[in-house]
Order: sequence, then structure tokens, then C-alpha cells
Amino acid sequence: MKEKPILRVGTKFLIPFILMFALYVQFHGDFGPGGGFQAGVIFASAFVLYAIVFGIANARRALPAGIRRLLLSLGVLIYAGTGVLALVEGGRFLDYSALAAQPVLGQHLGIFLVEFGVGMTVFAAMTTIFFVFASRDPSAREQD
Amino acid sequence: MEVPGLFNYWMAIVLMMAGLYTVIARGNLVKKLIGLGVFQISVFVLYITMGKIKDGTAPILPASGSAEGVVFSNPLPHVLILTAIVVGIATTALGLALVVRIHEAFGTIEEDDIQAIEESEA
Amino acid sequence: MIELLDIVILGMMVVAALAVLWLRDLFAVAMLSGAYSLMGATLYVLLDAVDVAFTEAAVGAGIATVLMLGTLTLVPRQEKPGKKPSLAGLFTVAATGSLLIWATLDMPEYGDPDAPIHHHVAPRYMKDSAAEVGPPNVVTSVLASYRGYDTLGETTVIFTAAIGVMALLARGRRRKP
Repeated sequence: MKEKPILRVGTKFLIPFILMFALYVQFHGDFGPGGGFQAGVIFASAFVLYAIVFGIANARRALPAGIRRLLLSLGVLIYAGTGVLALVEGGRFLDYSALAAQPVLGQHLGIFLVEFGVGMTVFAAMTTIFFVFASRDPSAREQD
Repeated sequence: MEVPGLFNYWMAIVLMMAGLYTVIARGNLVKKLIGLGVFQISVFVLYITMGKIKDGTAPILPASGSAEGVVFSNPLPHVLILTAIVVGIATTALGLALVVRIHEAFGTIEEDDIQAIEESEA
Repeated sequence: MIELLDIVILGMMVVAALAVLWLRDLFAVAMLSGAYSLMGATLYVLLDAVDVAFTEAAVGAGIATVLMLGTLTLVPRQEKPGKKPSLAGLFTVAATGSLLIWATLDMPEYGDPDAPIHHHVAPRYMKDSAAEVGPPNVVTSVLASYRGYDTLGETTVIFTAAIGVMALLARGRRRKP
């Protein structure tokens, strides 16, 4: 892709804004539309764009498989862990009110953690799925 | 201009049937998956229509002041469908992965060709 | 005005769905399904479901279309011509469709505030969620707190799907024996 400077510069210009917007959607989800699901997908779309413009090999170097797998499982772990934490603190499973002295503060903390876990898993899942599709070898397509 | 009472439901059903027919009548596996997607969104439209209240607004409470007299649409279908969309993409991705593997094993993604190959091998 | 938009968007969605059925170029079909999804997102905004619209636009119109195109780099891009229209399929669809339309005759009308769905748990969520949970966005409260179990299951589904796709495709491709 060395011969397409506008595409490359444009992409490099866009990616920080996409990531920033994803973080805004993640942390502003309590107040407006948004949340972990949407933020994860938007965050992943930045890497999809990078992979399309700069090639899948570079994208794999930017986001190695180990990190993706770690984030994939860590997200679910954070979610379930928040539930277990509430259990340990004397509430019921996923009853965030037990997480802090005041129930509403606990709810706020719980929702923050849970949405963070969701965003992490969705981001890792979407990038993994796209990278796996994109790196599949199409060479044997015309074998018949 | 008024929407006739059940118009949205009927259109959702028309979309649903278009998706269903794509799944039944088309032999191409990618086309079948896209047909399922059409079907899926029609169900979303059905649910979201049920949650709408006339002159309502999005279920986001005002940051300050009271919400007295403001009509909010029902948030429950929104939550259900929000999660359904994400599960939908997960199943679609899995389906597409299976299609890719089927293509690698049979060299085709047409239903009847696959069946012919299976019968000739049996 | 909003009602007019509702009718126009639904009409466009029907056209897109029929074009998906009709066209044989899978590339065009994938792009059309993305457009269909985006029209759905617009419709959800009209129906006050802003969170759903956001998700649909990001997931359905974005990632799903990209995945379809990614698949089309690995499989043939044209559907095989010459498939006869299925009479049994048409009959099934017509029968199911008319049964469903018959069933909608008992449904509450569009936007009816007295519909049963609005008198179950939803009023309680609207009234008490600010004091009980906090976030102004009731959808977030219900999603993450009241129905946290659902969302945990949902996240697990995503996790499992990613594992499944990895298991199917991440290994080197096997040759035919």
C-alpha cells in the first residue's frame, strides 16, 4: 500500500479520533446512548481500518494474538468477578449495591466495571474474528 | 399524517417473510446467512415498534429538573434487542466461518452441489 | 413528519430485502444488507431506541458488512444461476405470513400508551431507576444492573463465538485427502 499516500495519511489521522470516540462512548454510556457493546465495536473498527489499509501482517504486529486472547477472557472475568465481589461483600451475585458504603455509589462502580468488561470482550472478539478471516489463505479457491 | 395502527407490524412481517424465503429458496450459503440477517432485523423492528409510545422520547432521564409530564418510550425492548444484535453478529460470524470451511472442503458453497458431491462419495 | 419517515424507511427496507433476494452478485448483496441494516438503525431512532440504533449502526452496518466482504474474498462472489423459484417455499412463506398478520390483529395499535407491555415492569424502571441505580440512561441501568445476568450471558456468547471462529479458522487450512 506504499503507493496510496492519501489513504495512509488519512487513516493515521482518523485512528486516534476513532479510539477517542470509542472511549467516550464507553465512559459516557451512563448519561447518553452508548455502553460497552458499542464502544468495543468502535474500538475494534479502528484496528479493522488499520488492517485494511496497512495489511493484516502489520495489524497483527500492532495487536498480537496473545494480547487479544488475554483481553477476550479478561473481559468476561471482570464481569463475573464483579458479581463474585458483590457476593463476597455480602450481597447477592451481581448485586452492585454491596460494593460500596452507599448503594448508589456501589451501583455506579458495578456498572462501570461491568461495562468495561463487556467493552473489552467485545473489542477482542471483533478484532479476533476479523483478523482470523482476513489471514485465511484464499489460494486454494480455484482448485476446482 | 398518521401511521395506520398496525402498519409497522405488517411491514415487519413482510420483511420477515422476505428473509425466510431467501433462506428457503436460495441455495447459496452466504445468501442464506444474509437472509437470516434480514429476518433478524425484521424481528428487531417488531420489538422496537412495541416499545414506542406516542409522543414519547428516548428513555434517558433529564440530568436536572423533574421528568414530570415527559413520556418516555419503554426501555425494556431496547435492552433485549441491544443484546440480541450483538449475539446476532456473533452467530453470523460463526456461520460465515463454517461457510469458509465448507468451501475449503467441497470447493463450492451451493447447497445442491454439496449434496451431489456427498452422494457421489457415498 | 416522523410518521411519513417511518413509512418511507420501512418501504425502502422492503425494497432492499427484495433486492437481496433477487440479486446474484454476492458483493452487491452484502453491501445491500449493510444498507438495510443502516435503514433499520434510522428507524430505531424514530422509534426512540437510540441505544439500539447506535449498536445496529456500529455492529450490523459496520462489522457485519466487513465480515461478509472478508468472507467473499475466500468464497466465490457469484451465486450459481438457474435456481428455480421454490413453490413449496412460496406456499410456506405465504401461509406463515398470513397467519402472522392474522395474529397481529389482536396487537395493540402503534404507540398505544395503554398496551400491556407498558404496564408491567417498565414503569417501575422509569420511576425508580434514578434512585436505585443512578445513571440517567435507563437502558444502561436495566442492561447492566437490573438484567445483569442477561448481559453476563451475552458477553459469554460473544466470548464463545470468538473461540469458535478461532477453532474453525485459525489453524492452517487442511487439504482435501
